[in-house]
Amino acid sequence: MRFEVLSEQLGALANATAWLVHRGRFLDVCFLLQAGDVCWLVRIHRGRVEAVEPGPFVMPRWTFALRASEEAWATFWQPVPPPGFHDLMAMLKTRALRLEGDQQPFFANLRYFKELLALPRAAGEGRSP
Amino acid sequence: MSKPAFEPAVGRYLRLDVQGQPHRLYVEEAGVGIPLICLHTAGADSRQYRGLLNDAEVLASFRVIAFDLPWHGKSSPPAGWHKAEYKLTSRAYVDTIIAVVDALGLDKPVAMGCSIGGRIVLHLALEHAARFHALIGLESGAHADPYYDLDWLHRPDVHGGEVCGAMISGLIAPTAPEADRWETIWHYMQGGPGVFKGDLHFYTADGDVRARVAEIDTGQCPLYLLTGEYDYSCTPDDTRELARRIKGAEATIMESLGHFPMSEDPARFLGYLRPVLASILKRDPKS
Repeated sequence: MRFEVLSEQLGALANATAWLVHRGRFLDVCFLLQAGDVCWLVRIHRGRVEAVEPGPFVMPRWTFALRASEEAWATFWQPVPPPGFHDLMAMLKTRALRLEGDQQPFFANLRYFKELLALPRAAGEGRSP
Repeated sequence: MSKPAFEPAVGRYLRLDVQGQPHRLYVEEAGVGIPLICLHTAGADSRQYRGLLNDAEVLASFRVIAFDLPWHGKSSPPAGWHKAEYKLTSRAYVDTIIAVVDALGLDKPVAMGCSIGGRIVLHLALEHAARFHALIGLESGAHADPYYDLDWLHRPDVHGGEVCGAMISGLIAPTAPEADRWETIWHYMQGGPGVFKGDLHFYTADGDVRARVAEIDTGQCPLYLLTGEYDYSCTPDDTRELARRIKGAEATIMESLGHFPMSEDPARFLGYLRPVLASILKRDPKS
């Protein structure tokens, strides 16, 4: 997925995935997604992605943040990503991804977030931004 | 539509004492020949070896035996388990394996373990090499640094089964067949509260064997190391480093496999295991 259309498409992809939304039905959270210098606030209510607001932000409020380089996300979104870039926990281990803030909603809904952020991969456009 | 059919494996419960404490362990086996003891990963159980336990070629030459560690699968935790936190130690793990070998009366079996099982075969190589015909370490490293706070695996505000399954899902290669991927994750979702975390005590702390691996004598007992390229828990570099430090150890990095090769993609894994088993068969079992 091209980064400039992520804010338009991530929510549509998520909300069209009924089983993902169902599994997130107890989830209400706003998290920051950062790719290099670009960031978005992703607002989730009862498992539905209500908004993906593109930055820049003056004083953003979020519960947790996921930060990686543009290259790291582009590699993560390849159809068959190489070892180390195929999973959020893999990228956390190699320090390609940083997790900040209150991690409880992230780990309590880990499968949800792994699948949400892998959706651009399934969309089949996951090469360079 | 295929006809209903039993698989070759037969499972039984074994009563035995380990470290002076009565245990009830679930053991399943199939095949004839050299005993091949299979050790599952942390937080999982012997179902991970279902591919091997169904492979006619392997079963023609090996008596494949897989058992669930105490607290895992269909094995019970010992009486009194509810009074203390579960933490696997090197001592308890080695003693359990040797107790099973003795209870089954096995003469020079092969032991193959994955992850924590891949670590414990290094301890077996150091302490009990003379008792084994060969050792196979899958996803085997001398040490693993934790890369997340292990407390997330066992706390009341995070569902243990959900988080354990989700935590390990990425350790499976993206190319793994869908059914085997989710079967592997399911085993993790079924683990008891705190058991995966307790196993990782051995994996990340107690079982650190870096200072001793150079003492392993592969002349006494051959050691084979097989690691999946997608494993970021025990990485290919961890295994290469291990092989560099153990004279005579044979290391293979397996393409398109992750941390659970025998369970996530049994057919692909067998492609890598068959040459190892063939090499073991060539050796005189009495040597």
